[in-house]
Amino acid sequence: MDFLRPETLAEALELKAARPDAVPIAGGTDVMVELNFDHRRPAALLDLTRIPELREWSDGLRIGSGVPYVRIIDELGAQLPGLAMASRTVGSPQIRNRGTVGGNLGAASPAGDTHPVLLASDAVIEVASVRGTRMIPADEFYVGVKRNALEPDELIVAVHLAPAKGPQQFSKVGTRNAMVIAVCSFAISLFPEENRAGAAVGSAAPTPRRAVDAEEFLASTLDFASPKPLLDSVKREFGELVSRAASPIDDVRGSAAYRKHALAVMARRTLGWAWQELLGQKNGGGEHACA
Amino acid sequence: MRVNVTVNGEQRQADDVWEGESLLFMLRERLGLPGSKNACEQGECGSCTVYLDDVPVCACLVAAGQAHDRSVRTVEGLADGDRLDPVQEAFVEAGAVQCGFCTPGLVVAAHDLLNRVPSPSDPEIREALAGNLCRCTGYEKILDAVRLAASRR
Repeated sequence: MDFLRPETLAEALELKAARPDAVPIAGGTDVMVELNFDHRRPAALLDLTRIPELREWSDGLRIGSGVPYVRIIDELGAQLPGLAMASRTVGSPQIRNRGTVGGNLGAASPAGDTHPVLLASDAVIEVASVRGTRMIPADEFYVGVKRNALEPDELIVAVHLAPAKGPQQFSKVGTRNAMVIAVCSFAISLFPEENRAGAAVGSAAPTPRRAVDAEEFLASTLDFASPKPLLDSVKREFGELVSRAASPIDDVRGSAAYRKHALAVMARRTLGWAWQELLGQKNGGGEHACA
Repeated sequence: MRVNVTVNGEQRQADDVWEGESLLFMLRERLGLPGSKNACEQGECGSCTVYLDDVPVCACLVAAGQAHDRSVRTVEGLADGDRLDPVQEAFVEAGAVQCGFCTPGLVVAAHDLLNRVPSPSDPEIREALAGNLCRCTGYEKILDAVRLAASRR
């Protein structure tokens, strides 16, 4: 096995082009588990932790793929509340100190915590190779179970995610708060100016997945410009549509039926919280409602 | 491969490191520092927690080569000679140690918490230690130890 230690992105892209079998490693929270358990013996590891440009962000936002979760929570939480909420549910403090959104995207597990937020918030993934740069919308990035749209010579460079234009929520079901792989998860992002919302499910289909019918239902039913209190019937219908967008399986973490039920509950609740926040903003209260 | 790393303030060199090896294996088996414990090897238990460039991480999830030219502080590096760190002292006094296997990781995690948050609330302590499993104590004495160490700062 070779251990490749590029110091710049350009060097990393050249190495990846020459060695497409090299496995990129950043926080190591997925890759090292596979190595420790002999599940994977790559010909080479490509260490991305020495490349400064992957560990920075710029306004707009363009977040380097190597920014650890802890910095998203501590430093970007005000601009990206949904991503910060999802990041807070990742592993433990030690894992959040190391793990990165780029790693979540690289592993492309259907249960990855940040995926529903990226989908619901119209994130775009920037990938690069010596051939150039591609911008891939999140909903074209996940192509199968633990498979993404990367070509063998490409690396994930950044995530483009605009600061929240409205209330965002994230919810996840697991057996405890820490160290939990999602049984299922859900994210919602309101775009009041555009009179619409994004919604997506995690750990409930072969890939993280947008709930398109549920999004269209909200856009056609709700008045985002002058919001009224939500009718229970709207919340219920939204929950139903989110649940129907999923195609979960029975596995060790939960049954398909449970996941469908839980998704409907999470969708109802998170819509309620987000809408309450919007009502507060529009009516000058600005209060954040709880459960 | 060869890895040069500063460990507990001392420049160290490890040779014949396998490229897929973890920092934990290198510390324990090549550098003679068995304080960090090897249990789950998947980041679940926290018993291998060390500082990497002042940030607590699971050493089992860091590739040894990623620590090259970086600085590591293990549980062995917390005491000042024979004088235990206040967190270590508090663990002894509060009865927070039973079998002791999880203790090094919990001590490092608690040490980091008190560096960041000198007087943590109970929820903050629980959150900070959420990545460290203990199967003996039921955690109450560990929480006592962290409160004790905080009160003495």
